[in-house]
Amino acid sequence: MSDFLAMGGYAAFVWPSYAVTVIGLGGLIGWTLSSYARAKARAKALEERRA
Amino acid sequence: MFEFANPKRFMDLSGQLLPWLAAVTAVTLAAGLVLGFLAPPDYQQGDTVKIMFLHVPAAWTAMFAYGVLAFASLIGLVNRHPLADVAAKCTAPLGAVFTALGLVTGSLWGRPMWGTYWVWDGRLTSFLLLLLLYLGYIALGNAIEDEVRAARACAILALVGAVNLPIIEFSVDWWTTLHQGESIFRAGGPLIAGVFLWPLGLNGIGYTLLFLTLLMIRIRTEIFERRARSVLLLEVMR
Repeated sequence: MSDFLAMGGYAAFVWPSYAVTVIGLGGLIGWTLSSYARAKARAKALEERRA
Repeated sequence: MFEFANPKRFMDLSGQLLPWLAAVTAVTLAAGLVLGFLAPPDYQQGDTVKIMFLHVPAAWTAMFAYGVLAFASLIGLVNRHPLADVAAKCTAPLGAVFTALGLVTGSLWGRPMWGTYWVWDGRLTSFLLLLLLYLGYIALGNAIEDEVRAARACAILALVGAVNLPIIEFSVDWWTTLHQGESIFRAGGPLIAGVFLWPLGLNGIGYTLLFLTLLMIRIRTEIFERRARSVLLLEVMR
């Protein structure tokens, strides 16, 4: 296990690459989904009020 | 193709397609991630080869996204199609994130392999320009209040910026560089062993599918926002 974490001596470069990718893509997914939910709820509420 | 570009039809179709697309994306990315960690160290690059599985797909997707942005901009400009304008607008922030990830992971790969985080050569500089184009596109869109005029100005910027795509692609042939040349899509087949090609390919497909999934959700978001705005407008006019 510690061998795996050491990444053959390149841990300081491999793990930050994965961390920044997870943060970047995870943030992008979270932001996209939350603004989607917000826009959908608002549109539905307004359309219902009008109907 | 244009028959699907009707917003109503797009909402129906994308609503049905989205769960499947998201599922295939998740499975592909998970498989790529696992195979990437199982791959042995490269005989020259050691375990830094694992950075390749993140760097190359991010860079591919960043360029693919710009292709989508330029294509949607062209359709929006020539055919005056509102959904094409929406698609272009929604592509830019996604492309910017993939570009930034390509730059950061590339830098983290460059330090141990080249001895430097950054060098102002053709490939790296043109790729930085790609990020600046995305950011400029977003800033320009935010600066113009009128939706139609913003879309037109942004489309022109996107099309002018498309000249950067072949520059990125061929930069490694045109100028001396630390960056390696094309090693996958080349005559005579890939120069990379199968154990590395599989996780790389899966992540490449997974990243592209993730981009398409998120793009679809963002277009739906924009359509909902415009629907809300038109309801409000109708109420004001009454």
